Amino acid sequence: VSGRVVHPPRREPDPAITPTLHRAAGNWAANRVRAKETVDWDEWRDRATAIRTDAIAELPELLARFEARLTEAGGTVHHAATAEEARAAVVRICAERGLRRALKGKSMLSEELGLNAALAEAGIEAVETDLGEWIVQLLGDRPSHILAPAVHLSAEQVAALFSERSGETFDAADTGRLVGYARKALRESFLAGDVGITGANFAVAETGTLVLVESEGNLRMATSLPLVHIAVVGIEKLLRDWDGAAHMIEMLPLAAHGRRSATYTSLITGPARDGDDGPEEVHVVLVDDGRSALRGTELESALHCIRCGACLYACPVYRQVGGHAYGAAYSGPIGAVITPALEGMKPPTGELPWMSSLCGACTEACPVGIPLDDHLVTLRAWAQRHDGDAAERTFWEAWARLWSRPASYRAMAATAGRVLQPLWRAAGGGAGGWLRRAPGPLSGWTDERDARPPAAEPFHARWKHARGR
Amino acid sequence: MRVQLFVTCLVDLAYPEIGERTVALLERLGCTVEFPAGQTCCGQPALNSGHPHAARRVAESFVEAFAGTEGPIVAPFGSCVHMARHGHARLVGDHPEAAGVAARVRDLAGFVVEDLGRTDVGGRYPGPDGTPIAWHDECHLLRGVGTAAAARTLLAGVEGCHLVPTARGDLCCGFGGTFALKVPKVSAAMADEKLDRAVEAGARAIVSTDPGCLMHMEGRARRRGIDLAVHHLVDLLEPNGTL
Repeated sequence: VSGRVVHPPRREPDPAITPTLHRAAGNWAANRVRAKETVDWDEWRDRATAIRTDAIAELPELLARFEARLTEAGGTVHHAATAEEARAAVVRICAERGLRRALKGKSMLSEELGLNAALAEAGIEAVETDLGEWIVQLLGDRPSHILAPAVHLSAEQVAALFSERSGETFDAADTGRLVGYARKALRESFLAGDVGITGANFAVAETGTLVLVESEGNLRMATSLPLVHIAVVGIEKLLRDWDGAAHMIEMLPLAAHGRRSATYTSLITGPARDGDDGPEEVHVVLVDDGRSALRGTELESALHCIRCGACLYACPVYRQVGGHAYGAAYSGPIGAVITPALEGMKPPTGELPWMSSLCGACTEACPVGIPLDDHLVTLRAWAQRHDGDAAERTFWEAWARLWSRPASYRAMAATAGRVLQPLWRAAGGGAGGWLRRAPGPLSGWTDERDARPPAAEPFHARWKHARGR
Repeated sequence: MRVQLFVTCLVDLAYPEIGERTVALLERLGCTVEFPAGQTCCGQPALNSGHPHAARRVAESFVEAFAGTEGPIVAPFGSCVHMARHGHARLVGDHPEAAGVAARVRDLAGFVVEDLGRTDVGGRYPGPDGTPIAWHDECHLLRGVGTAAAARTLLAGVEGCHLVPTARGDLCCGFGGTFALKVPKVSAAMADEKLDRAVEAGARAIVSTDPGCLMHMEGRARRRGIDLAVHHLVDLLEPNGTL
């Protein structure tokens, strides 16, 4: 089973986590201000967009070049058309070499693939080494943000977890001691691991190089301590050359945190050379899993995404519901686009495009020019075509017939006011005629808000009366 | 200058007085206002509900209503302006008149400030003198049309009220058309964040340029019993402060 979809989206705010999310989103917004002070944002975004557009347009060629260069450098490329093939490839590489203790680097693709479950089934113990991801793993939870997997958890919850796990007592305010405990526990895992399994932020075709950016240094350890490194990489991560890669390596942390450099940036071109420390084998599993099918469609630019998490923090819906509400590996606006797109609209993913007010904050935040709100509108149409509600379709067809004929529209409008005003009053419209309960599909409105009455006389009629034309 | 009023369906059906105040303002600024009777709607409600075919029929009628007219097409509703300027290219881009009509569509504040060059048209707040007000940036003016600054420019010339700053004023109020009906609880939580921040800042009213946002925020404020007046910017641009 793919880890991509877990349950239908939950269309409710989660008051337990909103204070934490609002704080995190506020920090991000402040960081974005700093980013715009640091560089000419529009110019940087346009350049990043051009780099990603080029990479996706030339993807087959770049994939072939990447494979050739990486093979020359002593690495091995595996191709996975589906999630199942990707999981099988990773398990096979481990099984053939008797590798049993995997050090995981935080990877959204790994979440998408449901890789940890597959590893467990094969008897391979996988330890997440990113602090947030490790905490989430210990809780049997799922990450709720592309970059900050544990953003939905409070320090109190983490202190309680560590206390229970260690038998010691941790204070939520003493973050130094909390981190110290995690560091010690993770160091033991690092020394015991025999294979590092990571994703990659970019794959540079020019030299066959993987680019990994991170804050904690765990990726560097997971890719240099064990003798085998396996990277699962979505095929859309390709970049043509270092000219573009240099820009993207700055753009990613800039979009995510407002800083031009990540704490650690690792460039990995095949296994360790003679005499160097590092892995003897580097395997790259290039995963398609629905991606190439998006090339040439209206949604192609969704493949530009560099998983910076900016659209999540910018989104006014995400800040109310949190990442888990989306019921899928990817959350927020980009999740509401790529989950149904990659799943071919398979239910319930067609519900995701409605998790947006189409305010455009996601599109504005995106560092690679993805018109996320336009894509959400496109996907709503795809969803309606796939398994739309027949009554709803009938309503909109009738609406279009009436509203595309001005004379009929005006007659309807003139009647609506006369008929609906008394009905509004009869239905209990209070002061000013505002209604507290409306029937049918309009109840979605009055469940949460009072409904304003229609005007007794619409503007069209008023204009005609006043101006006589 | 000849100006075509695009009143928008929501203003036509629920807020005709916003249309009348728009006409009054434009005429006060020396414009000759015409109102093509063939107009209904831009088609956005159907498009955002996932029915582009239905939206297309209505968008075509919009193009045809304005195709034979002259001058800027001005609307007191930024979201509909964004739909016509941005959305119609994808929806009815093959209609021979669509691009020409779309390029003429302007939001009221953008037209007054940027095209007429009038940065202060006066106006008086229609309520107690010295009322503290919160401003709600309409998403589709702020991030779509790009004329949110023009609306604030006109607001600065209004007497009888003063603007109180609210945190994260760039956030959506949760209206979102179909979204308000399909995801009502989240939509309401978003409105609550807006309303609570306005109240915390000491505001007695919220002012915006989007009748959809106004209808949503006022309906939510009434449901919660929050005493906040809700106004369209054009309400404040009347010279005498009387509604």
